[in-house]
Amino acid sequence: MASIKLKINDKSYNVDVDPKMPLLWAIRDVVGLTGTKYGCGIAQCGACTVHLEGSPVRSCSIPVTAANNKNITTIEGLSTDNSHPVQQAWIQEQVPQCGYCQSGQIMAATALLKKNPNPTDKDIDAAMQGHICRCGTYPRIRKAIKTASQLMSQKASAK
Amino acid sequence: MTGAALTLGLHGVNGEEMKILKGDTAADLGVELNAWISIDTTGKVTIMNHRAEMGQGAYQTVPQMIAEELEVDLDKVDIVFGIGNEKKYGNQITGGSSTVRSAYKHLLRMGASAREMLIEAAAKKWNVARESCYAENGNVIHKSSNKKFHYGELVEAASKLQPPADIVLKKTEDYKILRKPVPRQDTPLKTNGSAIFGLDKKLPGMLYAVIERNPRFIGKVKSFDDTATRKMPGVKHVFTVKVNVFSSTREGVAVVADSYWNALQGRKTLKVEWDDTGFEHHSTEQLYAAMNESLKSKEGISYRTKGNVTAALSKATKKVEAVYETPYESHSCMEPLNCVADVKADSAEIWGPIQAPGWIQDDLEKVLGIPKDKIIVNMTFLGGGFGRKAFFDYTQEAAFISKEIKGPVQVIWTREDDTLLGPFRPGMVYKCSGGLNEGGRISGYKFTMAGQNMDHQWPGASKDSYNGSTTEGFLESYFDSIPHFSFSDLPLDSPIPVMWWRSVYSSTNGFAYESFMDELAAAAGKDPLEFRRQHLGEERYHLLINKLEEVSGWKNRKKNEGLPAEASTKEGVPTEASAKVGVPAEASAKVGYGVAITECFSSIVGEVVKVSKKPDGKVKIDKVWAVMDCGWYVNPDIIKAQVEGSIIMALGAATKHATHFKDGKAVEKNFDTYKMIRINETPEIEVHVMDNDEKAGGVGEPGLPPFTPALTNAIFDLTGKRIRTLPFNLEEV
Repeated sequence: MASIKLKINDKSYNVDVDPKMPLLWAIRDVVGLTGTKYGCGIAQCGACTVHLEGSPVRSCSIPVTAANNKNITTIEGLSTDNSHPVQQAWIQEQVPQCGYCQSGQIMAATALLKKNPNPTDKDIDAAMQGHICRCGTYPRIRKAIKTASQLMSQKASAK
Repeated sequence: MTGAALTLGLHGVNGEEMKILKGDTAADLGVELNAWISIDTTGKVTIMNHRAEMGQGAYQTVPQMIAEELEVDLDKVDIVFGIGNEKKYGNQITGGSSTVRSAYKHLLRMGASAREMLIEAAAKKWNVARESCYAENGNVIHKSSNKKFHYGELVEAASKLQPPADIVLKKTEDYKILRKPVPRQDTPLKTNGSAIFGLDKKLPGMLYAVIERNPRFIGKVKSFDDTATRKMPGVKHVFTVKVNVFSSTREGVAVVADSYWNALQGRKTLKVEWDDTGFEHHSTEQLYAAMNESLKSKEGISYRTKGNVTAALSKATKKVEAVYETPYESHSCMEPLNCVADVKADSAEIWGPIQAPGWIQDDLEKVLGIPKDKIIVNMTFLGGGFGRKAFFDYTQEAAFISKEIKGPVQVIWTREDDTLLGPFRPGMVYKCSGGLNEGGRISGYKFTMAGQNMDHQWPGASKDSYNGSTTEGFLESYFDSIPHFSFSDLPLDSPIPVMWWRSVYSSTNGFAYESFMDELAAAAGKDPLEFRRQHLGEERYHLLINKLEEVSGWKNRKKNEGLPAEASTKEGVPTEASAKVGVPAEASAKVGYGVAITECFSSIVGEVVKVSKKPDGKVKIDKVWAVMDCGWYVNPDIIKAQVEGSIIMALGAATKHATHFKDGKAVEKNFDTYKMIRINETPEIEVHVMDNDEKAGGVGEPGLPPFTPALTNAIFDLTGKRIRTLPFNLEEV
């Protein structure tokens, strides 16, 4: 067992877990934030994507020890009231169907837009192709990322 | 549900005529009421949704129908999932694209009945004529005086009235929210992580279980060694679990621990010996050899026939024959199977991603010996269903383990468990023979399907009964225009469990039907869309074809690429017409168009696919156009989303993934080998919905079957190559 300090969505949690436990299960089953999903366990589907120090990572495939004392953002940390522009865009374009993969999709899109505020179709394909959606919401994900990009630039210019 | 609230529900299930009853009337009569609508004194409206939400939008469409006739703002409505209760809700299986089409008239009538009772209550209070009042946005308004009551102020008086006997439903043109792209109420729950799926359900003191199951789907545990497992951290119990898989039994060893992770680590240390005597260890090659062999030597169980097809085929001017093969597939919902169970001595409660709560009640009544009405089945949001979550092995496992450990437990399948164990979509082989007369019309049509019959798996099923789904996917109107036909099936006996997979038999039938229709059109020397039109009598099909022709630019499809229409060549070989206009064959062969139309779950869908060659000569999909005719409909945006998703799912099954078998076990385990379509492989998709008032048809599935044949027909148009076996690699065409 290892004593780990997880800083999730600006809140600290001291957890005592198997050091080999993937970050995903520490977030879901120990801390109790279930918005981050289990999809494949081998970093193939992206459903478990969270931000570690601002960068998207597959939480199913990194041990909890790798996140010790680092800043983690999960879907719940983006906003709980859907006020984040990416969440807004997802609602505007009516992206989710079953919705199971969307936490991961939204976290990946948020990371993409932070790095590249005006992504092209090619940029979107490159950043999002690690994420599987069995319902086939890809056309709307593409639209929503462009909408989010606009919403973010409007917000920036309003400031 | 009596007193100061107006509660209206439906009573009468399983074939009885549905009656609308008030909550207190039902209580007086001692009958169970399906409480669909309840309005309290604050005006808050609660609508029960009896169907599962697995992505298809049932969470939205049921309330959208009721709210329209009830005249309430959808935003002010609370939606509650009904629990599994067949007595109350009738058949609750969310499958067969049935949520809207099976119940829409009752739902509309119920909303309208409540509205009329509220209006009548207001008119009585004001002592004015009923006709001088109307309902709007949760209020009843008196026209001339503009006096207003909100519904909450009327529920007590309304609850003393009887539901009106005659209800006039709104006209389509008067709809305010129906047929409008109203945003889904479940969307905001799915963008901030708050939607609770089965995997997210937690109970106090709940343990976690993973099971090492017989990898050959059915069969027993011979012995196991859990010495190491019991020493693993957090492991509490290790024991044999036995569940029914259709008529067979599947055993496994459950490892129950204080966390999923610990249970999984424990499972890795188990040593299990399996006993799977009594059934064959099939391989993909054996299965397909058996299906192909039976098609060569046997006639099959006859299903639908007309005239004398043998004579018609022998007299035909031209005869075409083809064999098509489609693979076994895994459902691979993004949410792996899981279930929470809390079984007590004389009651049980289940939570999970569940499509068929009624079946689970029936199943657990038998397995646990607890009466059905003491078994509560809660449907959480489903992270995909596609038919898999209508089967109930995972729920039985959870109940079995909870009973054994005498406490709440969640069973979680790993992705590998989920991909390897099925039940799968059955693989199929189809043999088609067709004859054309001198005028290029179909004079005879013979169709034989070989493959596992899903119905044959159930206990007591007769193994020589025909498969009623053999013609699923075929356009109804073709039965009228084709003078001689025969449809039959050759059931394959195999221990591999199979189950509905989005659009069920149509998902594979459609490929055979519409590929063969294209082969017949080519043999007749006719435009593939025109050929279909000539064989379809009813206006409804013509309207759909006209729309498809218009939106896809079918008539000018070659002209649009900078070439005259006459330049259309076949297989890159100049036709008389294209030679005349002097266009080089290779120029007009740069794009290909294919069409397919199928009908299932009472909806007709036509799709056109455009393909072209990339600079490296490989084929790419440029665009897909789809036209859905599902008759009367609720929400055009949900329909569009369902068709987009169906097309992408079909593209995966056509070009990316399949489940293979070796030594009686599935080969593909996870997304690294069972590869999914990804965003960069997704073509542009344009969906249109036909506007009519025909009987409501399904929406979640019918968009899937026509895509694959439209794609392969387009590839034929581009390259002259017929693809008759799925899946195929788009990179290698």
